[in-house]
Amino acid sequence: MSLNRIIGLFLRHFFLIKSSLPRILDLIYWPTIQIILWGFISKFFTTYSDYYNNTVGVILTCAILYDFLFRSSISFNMLFLEEIWSRNFTNLFIAPMRISEIITALVCTALIRTLIGLVPAILITSPLFGISILNLGIPLFFLFLSLYIFGITLGLFVSSGLLRYGPAFENIAWSSLFLLAPLGCIYYPIEILPDFFQDVARGLPLVYIFEEARSILVNQVVNYSNIKNAFILNGIYLFIGITLFYYSFSQARKKGSLINIGE
Amino acid sequence: MQKSVIVENLSKNYLKKEAVKEISFTINENEILGLLGPNGCGKTTTIAMMLGLLKPSNGRVVIHGLDIEKNRISLLHKMNFISPYIELPKKLSVKENLIVYGKLYGVKFISDKIKYLSEKLRLEEFINKKTGELSSGQKNRVSLAKALINEPSVLFLDEPTASLDPETGDFVRSFIEKISKEKKMSILLASHNMDEVKRLCKNVLMMNNGEIIDKGTPDDLIKKHGKRNLEEVFLKLNRNNHELK
Repeated sequence: MSLNRIIGLFLRHFFLIKSSLPRILDLIYWPTIQIILWGFISKFFTTYSDYYNNTVGVILTCAILYDFLFRSSISFNMLFLEEIWSRNFTNLFIAPMRISEIITALVCTALIRTLIGLVPAILITSPLFGISILNLGIPLFFLFLSLYIFGITLGLFVSSGLLRYGPAFENIAWSSLFLLAPLGCIYYPIEILPDFFQDVARGLPLVYIFEEARSILVNQVVNYSNIKNAFILNGIYLFIGITLFYYSFSQARKKGSLINIGE
Repeated sequence: MQKSVIVENLSKNYLKKEAVKEISFTINENEILGLLGPNGCGKTTTIAMMLGLLKPSNGRVVIHGLDIEKNRISLLHKMNFISPYIELPKKLSVKENLIVYGKLYGVKFISDKIKYLSEKLRLEEFINKKTGELSSGQKNRVSLAKALINEPSVLFLDEPTASLDPETGDFVRSFIEKISKEKKMSILLASHNMDEVKRLCKNVLMMNNGEIIDKGTPDDLIKKHGKRNLEEVFLKLNRNNHELK
C-alpha cells in the first residue's frame, strides 16, 4: 500500500470540505439538531419513566452512539457518491490505486467527516443537559470503535452496490441504516422484539453495543462479553464487506460500469 | 521502431452485443495513432480495455511488454487518459486537483511539476480558481495537465479538442504534437475531427461496428479510396458498412 496515494485521496475530500463553509455547517447541523431533540426526550423519560428513572442521559448517550454509526456510514457512502456526482469516477479508477488503498483512504476520511459533525454536538450535551458521554468510561472507546467498524462495513456494502449498479443504487445508500435501526435495539432491550426479530437482531453487532451501553449506564456493570460479541460479528461482516467490494469491482470491470459512471 | 502497445484479438461481448470484435493493432514509441469511427462503434470500449477499466472477453493488451490484466496497477503509473465525458472535481481549485492527482500517481516534486505544466499549458492565471468555474477551453487544458502529471509514456486522448474554439483547439493540437515528440510518447487519439487526425497521426485505424474496417496513413487511405480528404474516406467507409449491414 502506498501512503502517498492514500493521502492523495484523503486530500481530494479534505480540499472539498475545507473550501466550503456551507458543507462544514451541513456536517455539523444535523447531528446537533438530532442530539438536542434526543436531549429533551431523554430529559422527559428520565423524569417520567420507571425504566430510565435516575439514569440521566441513557437515551441521549444511545442517540449519540447511534448518530456516530449513522454519520460514519453515510460519510463513507458520501465520499463515493461525490466521485459519481462530480463525474470523477473514471479518473479515480485509471489512477494506479489499489482497492485496499481506496478503502483505507475512505475509512480515514469518513472518520474525519464524522468527527467534524459529531464533536460539536457532543460538546453541547454537557452545558445543555448536564450529561457527558464520557460517563461510559474506558468501554466508550470500544463501543465507538465497534460502531465505526460496523458503519464502515455498511458503507462498503452500499459502495459495492454503487460500483456495480451506479447512481441508481443511491437511494439504498440513504435507507440502509433506517432498515437496521429497529433491529439494532438502540433505545430498548432486545426482549421488546418479537421472537423471530430477536433471532435476526442477535446477528447484528448493534444489539450487543447498545445493550452494553445501557448495562453500564443503568446498572453500572461492564459486561465485556457484549463487547467481544460485537467485535466478532463486526469482524465477520467487515470481511464480507471487503470481499463484496472486491467482487463488485471485478463485476464492474466485466459489465463496463466503471466507464462514464455519473449522473 | 519499438512497439509500446500491442493489442491482440481484443474482443468485448455483452449479453446480446459484440461491442468489439477481435481487433489487433500496435502503437510504436513516439507515434500518434488515430482511431476513427462513428459514435457507438467501439472506440471507447477499446480504450477502456486498454486502460484496464474493462475486462476483455477475449484477446489481450500488452503495454511495454506487460499484459494489462496482470499488471494493471504498475502499468497505470505510465499511462493516462482524457475525455470530455469525464471531469475533474469542480469544487477543487485547479492547483488542488493537480496536487491530488500528483499524489495518486506518486509524482515526486509535485510543485515543480505543476509549475512546469502551468507554464506550458498557460494555467497560471486561473490556477487557484475552482475547476467548475472555468471555460471549456480552460477545463480542457487542465484535463490535459492532469493527463500529463505523471509523464505518461502511453496516453489516450478521447476527442481532446471537442467543443473548443479554433484557437484553443489549435493550441491543444500544437501542444500534443510537441510534447509527444519531446517525451517520445505513444498516443492513441480518438477523434471526429478529420483535420486534427490528419495533422497529428502517422497512422489511422477506421472502426465500425466493433471492427477495424481499414487502416493506413491518412494519405494512403485518401489515395486508396480515391477521395479528396479523410472525411470523405470516413463517410464512404461508414456508408458502405451501413449498406452491407
